[in-house]
Amino acid sequence: MKIYSAYSDGRLRLNLEGELDHHEAKSSLRTIDRIIDDLLPRDCIIDLSNLSFMDSSGIAVIMRVHKRMNDMCGKAWVENPNGQPLRVLDASGIDRVIRVYSKTE
Amino acid sequence: MDYIKIEFLSLSANEGFARAAVAAFAARLDPTLEELGDIKTAVSEAVTNCIVHAYPDRIGTIWLRAAIRDDGELELVIRDKGVGIPDIDKARQPMFTTGGEERSGMGFTIMDSFMDMVRVRSTEGAGTTVTMRRRIAGRAGLR
Ligand SMILES: Nc1ncnc2c1ncn2[C@@H]1O[C@H](COP(=O)(O)OP(=O)(O)O)[C@@H](O)[C@H]1O
Ligand SMILES: [Mg+2]
Repeated sequence: MKIYSAYSDGRLRLNLEGELDHHEAKSSLRTIDRIIDDLLPRDCIIDLSNLSFMDSSGIAVIMRVHKRMNDMCGKAWVENPNGQPLRVLDASGIDRVIRVYSKTE
Repeated sequence: MDYIKIEFLSLSANEGFARAAVAAFAARLDPTLEELGDIKTAVSEAVTNCIVHAYPDRIGTIWLRAAIRDDGELELVIRDKGVGIPDIDKARQPMFTTGGEERSGMGFTIMDSFMDMVRVRSTEGAGTTVTMRRRIAGRAGLR
């Protein structure tokens, strides 16, 4: 798992690359928390274009980011999930809590 | 009938190993990318549960069996000798978790939606066995 971040004008884009499972979730959350603490963004985009695998541990990571952004009166959403991660997002019903924008829409 | 059996320690680094091992075994059914993704997800959920919940404060052993039944179905059995589940019906409900902020409580929900059959047997203090089945139409099924 690699996390690339890009920031401009209050908008943070987190690009997650590789496989996000329980093994990777803890360190990913730590990394993401630190980036958010540093930048205090208004918007946080979780970009899943390059994520090849995710399970329910990834759902917990996304929910945490959503909650953190909410707590600081900001917004988080998910962009570009495809393949397996998209199926997991669909099965989890997470789109009732956080906006998910996939390319096909 | 054909099967593989693996035994490994409840270390989180083994989650990826378990997924890859089952995927390599299932490859002979010529699964579609989507079927392979579904199987890997179910394995990941069941194995993670052993690591996180069954053995919360020690390293234990996890047993995994993958079988291809004569009817072409893939069967997965994941077994631990951990703490067990006191109320299985409750544990299987969406969003139910005893794991706090780091868990979503969606593991069983995802296993249920990706597999054709999920059976959970558990005895408190003795361990848990999760059995799952999934029919693989394979890429031939697409032709
Ligand atoms: N192998 C297991 N041993 C003991 N408890 C388990 C096991 N698998 C699941 N559980 C219990 O069932 C609950 C729900 O599991 P799950 O749906 O995967 O969600 P999560 O793992 O996010 O908590 C867990 O929080 C735990 O209490
Ligand atoms: Mg789980």
